[in-house]
Amino acid sequence: MMRELHVSLNQTQKVRLQAAFQHLSDIGSQASSGLLVSVSDTIPVNNEDGILKGHGTSERDGQVVATVCGVVERVNKLVYVRALRARYKPEVGDIIVGRVIEIAPKRWKLEINFSQDAVLMLQSMNLPDGIQRRRTAVDELNMRTIFEENDVICAEVRGFQHDGSLHLQARSQKYGKLERGQLLRVPAYLVKRRKQHFHDLEQYGVDLILGCNGFIWVGEHVVPADNEMVEDQESTLKDKEQSYTPLEIRQNICRIANSVRLISALGFAISVDAIIDTAEASKSSNVDIKDMLGAEFYVQTAEREVQKRISLLKKKRG
Amino acid sequence: MEYVNPLTGFRLDGRRPNEMRQIRGEIGVVAKADGSALFEMGNTKVIAAVYGPREVQNKGQQMDGQALVRCEYSMANFSTGDRARKSKGDRRSTEISLVIRQTMEASILTHLMPRSQIDIFLQVLQADGGTRSACINAATLALADAGIPMRDLVTSCSAGYLCSTPLLDLNYVEDSAGGPDVTVGTLVKMDKVTLLQMDAKLPIEMFTDVLQLAIEGCKAIANYIQEVLLENTKKLECMRGS
Repeated sequence: MMRELHVSLNQTQKVRLQAAFQHLSDIGSQASSGLLVSVSDTIPVNNEDGILKGHGTSERDGQVVATVCGVVERVNKLVYVRALRARYKPEVGDIIVGRVIEIAPKRWKLEINFSQDAVLMLQSMNLPDGIQRRRTAVDELNMRTIFEENDVICAEVRGFQHDGSLHLQARSQKYGKLERGQLLRVPAYLVKRRKQHFHDLEQYGVDLILGCNGFIWVGEHVVPADNEMVEDQESTLKDKEQSYTPLEIRQNICRIANSVRLISALGFAISVDAIIDTAEASKSSNVDIKDMLGAEFYVQTAEREVQKRISLLKKKRG
Repeated sequence: MEYVNPLTGFRLDGRRPNEMRQIRGEIGVVAKADGSALFEMGNTKVIAAVYGPREVQNKGQQMDGQALVRCEYSMANFSTGDRARKSKGDRRSTEISLVIRQTMEASILTHLMPRSQIDIFLQVLQADGGTRSACINAATLALADAGIPMRDLVTSCSAGYLCSTPLLDLNYVEDSAGGPDVTVGTLVKMDKVTLLQMDAKLPIEMFTDVLQLAIEGCKAIANYIQEVLLENTKKLECMRGS
C-alpha cells in the first residue's frame, strides 16, 4: 500500500492503522456494489444478447472475460472494466499537466503519463502577444521563449490525430507555463474528472491544478494577466522576476503538497476538499510541515477518513 | 544420490514428489515503477518491475501496430552461494530474457498499445532452482499491477524426473542432479502452453506424466496469483472510496 511513502510505525500505530484499514474495507464493501475482477475472470452477463464489450474485456468461448484488474461497470448494453492502477487514458477536454521533454518543428512534446508523448502544436496555442494570426517562421524559431525543455505546462486534450498521436491545445489564459510551485505525480485513478480542475485556495494564496493524468500542480497564486500592450507585458515580466515568493506562501505550498502526497500514499481519492481538510487538520493539531509525512499524522489521516466515510454513509441512509 | 527416499517417499527437503514449495506474492514493491511484484517459491526470490506502456526510447524499434515488449533478466551477485561475478550480458541471462519476453508477449494484448514500449525488469534476489518460473510468475503479477491488458494469466512451474519419480518444482539440489528439468509456462484458463523447455532427455512415456505434473503446478500458482490480484484490487478500490 505504501508505495511512495515509508513510515516506521510503532506497535500502537500499527494496530490503529490496521483497524482503520479494516473499517475502510468494511465500509467499501457495504457501499460499492461493483463487481471486482482480476485478469482472465469471466464477467457474468446472464446470457444477454447484444452485449457490447468495452475496455478491459475480451471474449473467450463465447464468454466475456476481463483483461485487466478492476471494477466491472455497465452502461445499458455496454460492459467494461474500469482499471485502477494503470497509465492515464486521455479523453477529449481533459485538463492535464505535463512536462516538456522535446522541442520538434512546430510542436512541443510532453510527458503526460500516457503510453506515448503528447503533442502540443504551435498553432494550437495562443501567442503571448495575444494577436490571432498565422504562425510565421520567426514564431517557430522563438518557440523556446514560450516553453523550454523541462517546463511544466497545463493544457487541454484536443483529441487523437489520424495517426494515433495525442494532440493538446492551450487556447486560453488559464493554460500555459506553470512556475513557482511543485509538481506531484499520483496514480491517475485517484483523480476524478470534475467540472473544476483549477482551484484558487485563497486562504493559502496557492493555486492547485488537479490534472486528470495524475499530475498535480501546487504553486503560487498568479493573477490572470489581461492582454494589454506588449510593452506592458514586458515590464510586468520583469517585475515578476524581481519579486520572489514570500516565505509564508512557500510554506503553504509545501503544506498543500504534503497533503497531496499523504492522500495519494494512503490511496484515497484526491479532491480539493480532502486536500484542504488534511492541510487544515495538520495546522490545527500543530503538525509541522516536515512531520506531515511522519507516522503519527499518517495514522491520524487514515482515522479521520474513516470518520468522514462513516458520517457520509449515515447521511446517505438517514 | 537418493533424491527420493525409497522408504518414506519424501524428497531431500521433506516434500512429497507432487508437492510444491511454499509460494508467496506481493504487489507494489518498487515505488516508481508502473507495476511491480515480488514472488517467492520456497527459497527462490524474484523481484519484477514493469515500466510502461511508454514512449519508445529507440525510435527505430517503434512499431505502428503493436507495443514493443522488452525484458531484462539479471541475477544479483549475492543470489547464489559462490558469489560469482556475473556479467550482465552473459549467455544464460540473455537466453532467459528472451524466453521470458516471448512468453509474456504471447499474453499481453500488444495491439491495444500501438507505438509504445513495455519494459519488464527481473532481478533474482535468491536463487534456489526454478528462477525462470519464478520470474514469469512475478512478471505476470507486475504486468497486472501496471494495468496492462492480458489475454490470460501466464504462470510457470518446473517439473523433473529423478529416481524414477516425477517431481514437481525442483529446487537447486534436484535441478543440478543432471536429470531432466521441464519448465512449462501456461495460459491457464485458455488451456494453452506458451513455454516448454527441457534440459536432458526423457522417454516419451514419462514425458507426458512430467508435463501434466508441471501443468498442475501452473494451475495451482494461477489460483494463488488470482487471489493476490483480487485482494489487491479490492484494497485499492476500498481505499479510494466513492
